[in-house]
Amino acid sequence: MLQERIADLSKFVEPDRVRREVYTDPGIFELEMQRIHERVWIYCGHESQVPKAGDYYAVQIGRQPMVMVRGNDGKVHVLYNRCPHRGNLMVGDRYGNAGEFFRCSYHSWTFQHDGRLRSIPMMESGYAGTPYGKEHPDCSMKRAARVENYRGFVFASLAKDGPTLKEFLGESRIAFDDMCDRAPEGEVEIVPNCFRVIQKSNWKIFLENQLDALHPSVTHQSTGRAAHEVEKEIEKKTGHAPLSYHMLSAFATVTIDKWDNFQTLNYPYGHCILTGYMGLRPKDPDTLAYEAVMEKAYGKKRTEEILAVNIHHVLIYPGLSVQSPLQQLRAVRPLGVDRTLTEIWHFRLKGAPEAIYRRSLAYYNLVNSPATLVNADDLENFWKCHQGLASEGGDWVSFARHFGRDVEKNGVVETAPSCGTSEAPMRNQMKAWARYMGNGK
Amino acid sequence: MNSPELQHAVEQFLYQQSELLDTKQWQAWIDLFTDDGVYWMPADPAHKHWDGVPSIFAEDKNLMAVRMKRVLHPDAWSQRPLWGTNHVVSNVVIEKASPNGDVVVRSRFHMMELRRDDVRHFAGSYRHDLTKVPYGYRIKLQRVDMTNAQAAYDYVLQVWV
Repeated sequence: MLQERIADLSKFVEPDRVRREVYTDPGIFELEMQRIHERVWIYCGHESQVPKAGDYYAVQIGRQPMVMVRGNDGKVHVLYNRCPHRGNLMVGDRYGNAGEFFRCSYHSWTFQHDGRLRSIPMMESGYAGTPYGKEHPDCSMKRAARVENYRGFVFASLAKDGPTLKEFLGESRIAFDDMCDRAPEGEVEIVPNCFRVIQKSNWKIFLENQLDALHPSVTHQSTGRAAHEVEKEIEKKTGHAPLSYHMLSAFATVTIDKWDNFQTLNYPYGHCILTGYMGLRPKDPDTLAYEAVMEKAYGKKRTEEILAVNIHHVLIYPGLSVQSPLQQLRAVRPLGVDRTLTEIWHFRLKGAPEAIYRRSLAYYNLVNSPATLVNADDLENFWKCHQGLASEGGDWVSFARHFGRDVEKNGVVETAPSCGTSEAPMRNQMKAWARYMGNGK
Repeated sequence: MNSPELQHAVEQFLYQQSELLDTKQWQAWIDLFTDDGVYWMPADPAHKHWDGVPSIFAEDKNLMAVRMKRVLHPDAWSQRPLWGTNHVVSNVVIEKASPNGDVVVRSRFHMMELRRDDVRHFAGSYRHDLTKVPYGYRIKLQRVDMTNAQAAYDYVLQVWV
């Protein structure tokens, strides 16, 4: 049954539409985990999450429970969170410090931070006459096939072969460059709290929404209007409202017709950049003080180049959505065909004034916390979408908006001028999806 | 030892506050705060102050007004389905009673929420910094430490707990 469907997967994706089963079929979900999430580069975390030897974070890659750990050698390793003896999870907590080595809670097998077997109780007598022991590969914790780090952001791939991280990221690297370059010291560090929110919908629905420029003024109208009203009242009273109000009110003041002015750039592997941001470079004293620190670190010319980067969102398919100018990201962990966990993190620009951290913190709290004023309505839509796709009221999901008007240059699909609400990002993601799913064997 | 009258007055205030939430009287609920009052749900129980750290809620009256206006807007899509809460507040302990009438009070809460056909439970502790006014109390700071704040949220919180 499943085999028959596998052979037919190419029929599920057309250039401007996709079959609904792609979102709802548990068999296709299993194949996605095998052929996409457990092969490509998946974001594990930032190296500043594990500053000391033994520090670890549990992370899910596809269906595999993994653990990212800082070794005694200072390197960050990514291992399967599994004891090779009887299969016990090696760490049961989401994060912590393993100490000098990992120790299994079941029979006390111990392992170095890089996964190599350290000891088994009474190993020599217990395993005399067997091939098992320190040198036997089945006695060590299995490592992720490949681990790479780009500017402090750690990725792992569970496949031996494939593009390097740099090749995989391609132009979407700008997500991390933009974030780090905005720091006077050229790097960021984690703010050690993670917001975790579960969406009752397929993982692709979230990714498609991230660069959907048509939805904000519809979905987020209520928050935009509410923030706009209060913003005006504050301005009347004090002359100026905090920037966070502007970020929210833009959902109402940037009306539906204006979103076409944005642009998306769509890359191989499904990545995509949405350009344009709503007024992040005001002339207030905090921003001017920050710009002065930047000029001291980089010089005037380079500072201008850095601050002129104009990005709203970068989507790194299939599992990461980055808002670099606000130093936050959402990592996508599919839990099942209709359940998706998002892990939402905020970063601090090293060397930047406190006020700049607080400005993006306000956005993190208002938009990305579990009491979000914005995403509540997105998640409502995602749930409704998933419910509707289970229906036999139609077989296809349409991505036809501005179809045929995209401009392709050197493998990069750009939306044409005044076509910012194009569904090109969804088409591009599904193109990558079909390629991964087809080449999976 | 605090007087039974003080204990009673403080308990009645806490019950009134939860009643306003459950009956969706948002503006009356906001009016319980002083002009510089803050409603805070920390992201991390170890955090001591709401300012400058990630928070689930950290709202002054202006932000409370945004939240209220949002849920009252006809196109607040996530508010359209049947939605309601039921709070129970108990274990009320007055931590500190100042001569000027100001009070710091700890309590425990349990909240059941219904949205469409889904029931969720939230529970935890409140810590209210109350200031005495001629007609009762006003909240300077309400800290809400929810026991399940550290768990992943199945959907989100739309209004104050």
